[in-house]
Amino acid sequence: MASSDSPALRTPLFGWHVAHGGRMVEFAGWSMPVMYTSIIEEHTITRSAVGIADISHMGRLRFEGPGAAVFLAELLTRRVADMAEGQVRYSLVTNDRGGILDDVLVGRYHNDYGQPYYVLVVNAANRAKIVKWIDAHLPRERAERPGEEIIWTDVTRLWAMLAVQGPRSVELLQPLVTADLRTMRYYRGAQVRILHPAARRQGGIISRTGYTGEDGFELSVGATIAEGVWEALMELGRPLGLVPTGIGARDTLRLEAGMPLYSHELSERINPFEAGLESTCYLRGYDFPGRDALLGIEKAPRQKVRVGLQPLGRRIARQGYPIFAGSQQVGEVTSGTFSPTLSRPIAMGYVRPQFAAVGTEVQIDVRGRREEARVVKLPFYHRNKKGSQK
Amino acid sequence: MTPEQLLYAKTHEWVRVETDPGGAKIATVGLSAFALEALTDLVFIELPEVGREVSAGESFGEIESVKAVSDLYSPVDGRIVEVNAPIVDKLDALSDDPYEAGWFVRIKIADEAGLAELLDFAAYQKQCEEEMTNDE
Repeated sequence: MASSDSPALRTPLFGWHVAHGGRMVEFAGWSMPVMYTSIIEEHTITRSAVGIADISHMGRLRFEGPGAAVFLAELLTRRVADMAEGQVRYSLVTNDRGGILDDVLVGRYHNDYGQPYYVLVVNAANRAKIVKWIDAHLPRERAERPGEEIIWTDVTRLWAMLAVQGPRSVELLQPLVTADLRTMRYYRGAQVRILHPAARRQGGIISRTGYTGEDGFELSVGATIAEGVWEALMELGRPLGLVPTGIGARDTLRLEAGMPLYSHELSERINPFEAGLESTCYLRGYDFPGRDALLGIEKAPRQKVRVGLQPLGRRIARQGYPIFAGSQQVGEVTSGTFSPTLSRPIAMGYVRPQFAAVGTEVQIDVRGRREEARVVKLPFYHRNKKGSQK
Repeated sequence: MTPEQLLYAKTHEWVRVETDPGGAKIATVGLSAFALEALTDLVFIELPEVGREVSAGESFGEIESVKAVSDLYSPVDGRIVEVNAPIVDKLDALSDDPYEAGWFVRIKIADEAGLAELLDFAAYQKQCEEEMTNDE
């Protein structure tokens, strides 16, 4: 894992990004394109047609063996044992105090022997931490217990992951994969063959998931064929208006969709109730690190609540800016940007519960000057069946 | 004037110095194409009121893009005598024509000695190239 004194990691698509005008920045230890031409343009095309993003920096951990499901169920706040083949779930990993260590996706697939394996998709910035957390909770005796073996691997560097997002995603991807994407449900996935010579007869995993608030898919393929598959998609997508999109648009898209981002809305000092993610925690009948703490937190009064914020002026309220109600500080902004869809600033933050009601007027200290803002309902953008905003 | 004929601050403002009919030196100030390109996706500019006194290196406004906000710094000591107020609603014009339509303020220079601190085009180009390399 890269740290500040080691060079940034490169995804299998690094060369492509650089050759195609990607403006490379360091993000969570990886060199990633923040944009190619314009965040606003890449954002808008994702909402109106389809965009493709390299998300190979996301950590991918693979678990198999007869004990895998039970172990994951003990690690995650969400149930795992009852997951069906091809099912994907959003879950948290919490520490013993109920603080959020990471937010993850877990998906169930099958290996060459027809046995289930699970893929845990973790945040790039948290990969090293989660790997350590797993090591600490999975001593060798446990992993090798006869009949309950658990084999796990960090496959991040072996697999590339591409996000194909937007209303024309099905149209773009369907010719390329063997699964029927039209009937694939949200938060379902499948192992597929990739119908293109560039895939060199290799397969992949595709799931109807994403981080944009738009219809779309995430496609995992082997690192060695990633560039070929990406270029095949670019070619197929030309008549659809496809553009490559960077992590800049990924951030504006997720923020419009009201989705939390680790190290902004989520951290070890935030619990799932404050984050509004308590529905991902199965507190009864299951046990995981932090469960007992969360049972206590559930009954206690909330200290702060995650809210949407609508600044009334034109200046963007960014992470760390204090939120006031009159002279009293009542919270802090955790993410803020300009919404290309709404053509105005939007933000998320935490405020004390008595200031969390929709419509509450607050002031945000934007670099020394108080700007009016209002608490609003999340998300800022909700796609409807016609693909337009609400 | 072409970009080659302008002076530049290390903070990427360009400066065009002219003499007004009364003999006073007036600095027209804008932001370089390099800086605008680095920002991209402009969403907001705030400019000062006419009459404000500024000193070299002092912030006189701010420019915000989707990903970041930057201060605009005065390259000279003086008093703001004119503001290109309409530009705040024409951010495309700013990106398209940063050296003519895209000026921000005109400053009546109080002390010409400060001009010696500014970079010529070649020196500014060199700084930009170094910044590009450091980004890699």
